Amino acid sequence: MAEATQDLKTVLLNDRHVALGGRMVPFSGYSLPVQYPTGIIAEHKWTREHAGLFDVSHMGPSFLVLDQKSGDGQADHEVVAGLVEPLICGDIKGLKPGQVRYTLLLNQEGGALDDLMIARPAAEGWGGALYIVVNAGTKEGDFQRIAAAAAGKATLNRADHCALLALQGPEAVEVMRAVVPEAADLAFMHYGAFDFEGTRLVISRSGYTGEDGFEILVEPDHAGRFWDRLLSDGRVKPIGLGARDSLRLEAGLPLYGHDLDETVSPIEAGLNFAVAKRRREAADFPGAARILDELGGNLSRVRVGLFVEGAPAREGAEIVDQDGNAIGRVTSGGFSPSLNRAIALGFVPPSHATPGTRLQVLVRGRSQAAEITATPFVPHRYVRKPAK
Amino acid sequence: MTKFTKDHEYITEDGTVGITPYAQEQLGDIVFVELPQVGKKLKQGDEAAVVESVKAASEIYSPVSGTVIAVNEALSGEPGLINTAPETEGWIFKLALDDAGELDGLLDAAAYAELTK
Repeated sequence: MAEATQDLKTVLLNDRHVALGGRMVPFSGYSLPVQYPTGIIAEHKWTREHAGLFDVSHMGPSFLVLDQKSGDGQADHEVVAGLVEPLICGDIKGLKPGQVRYTLLLNQEGGALDDLMIARPAAEGWGGALYIVVNAGTKEGDFQRIAAAAAGKATLNRADHCALLALQGPEAVEVMRAVVPEAADLAFMHYGAFDFEGTRLVISRSGYTGEDGFEILVEPDHAGRFWDRLLSDGRVKPIGLGARDSLRLEAGLPLYGHDLDETVSPIEAGLNFAVAKRRREAADFPGAARILDELGGNLSRVRVGLFVEGAPAREGAEIVDQDGNAIGRVTSGGFSPSLNRAIALGFVPPSHATPGTRLQVLVRGRSQAAEITATPFVPHRYVRKPAK
Repeated sequence: MTKFTKDHEYITEDGTVGITPYAQEQLGDIVFVELPQVGKKLKQGDEAAVVESVKAASEIYSPVSGTVIAVNEALSGEPGLINTAPETEGWIFKLALDDAGELDGLLDAAAYAELTK
């Protein structure tokens, strides 16, 4: 996984990460902090108990905007949604103003090219636009694909020159209330644009840690100031990529390039909710034949959670049944700081996917006991309807 | 006199092996340690133990040839001892050396400090 360091891009807040003692490592072509001096476990636990601030500016935020709007917000939304729906399995036309949806970009075989967020602006005047956030490692291809699908009708404006921050944890909402009070009233998986001292922030109530929290897009000139403001709150600490990964693993959330790739369908990945009812009925998404067949029960592998005894089983570790037959592989695995034990995600046949099924994983050539368990490993604590 | 390897293991005069403060700092929080069997014969450079951080597994190599005569069982319950006290309570295993002459080929403290500068 060694990446050439000389070609790495830096994020806007690079100097701050270095000044905070961040250990900078290559990740998806960027130099990013894997941890700060307190270390991954302390950062992980802080996020579960208080509020963690993550710089995720390597990701791909963008806005797809209709070239010609009718002025009718609903009609314009349906037109722009209609441009991206042929690429994905989600119901974007059906989004209400301000709603954010998790969906998958699929190839013609129904395999995942990426997982992403697509959101409909809350403001009527922004009808005909979509806020789209894709993964860092796939963003060039995703952006090309979306721009091509919309060519002549809508323009994709990249926003990855901005800073994208994530504020996550049970105290995130009160931290946000002190800085951008109106944003604290967002419901889970909703977003809006909010004034902050002379700039507009695009804030969604979302994240990838299993905790309540927000993701915030900040204009370049204001990014440092906003980061500093959040960190000046004693409830907030900066958190690196290491804890981001252990948090999302505990939350049972798939990581693109590991638990999801071009061969994995949403159904195999256990993301059935992401294949919208309307799209199933219309069978009008890429790979519909395979995916509908899998939904009908014709499935050869499914993503599962595993408790692993002993050493962590890392990505690539073979999963074997009690008779020693190879039945699958770990796709991401590590140590759970909250549970103080090894956990993993991987793929096995449906016949071996029932929670409680005893299996083994091979770590450095030796077998270790493992057991299928329901995910998330640590319960999600999203705030679906915030109290006003 | 304690000696060091380029792979950041140390070995004390009595044959106790562990990883250096620099190495534990680079690895981050240690969450699991795979210890060798007492009685195992190791050649210089053989993989002797595995130290797992949250992020990754790292092999620990035997600085010299010898037989494992003790392992630090405390690490099974408290692997973080390698972070908090790598040179004392966080030792990993102890060797009876085959050939004390092999120590001469290792780095002394000054040379090791130079390596990690």
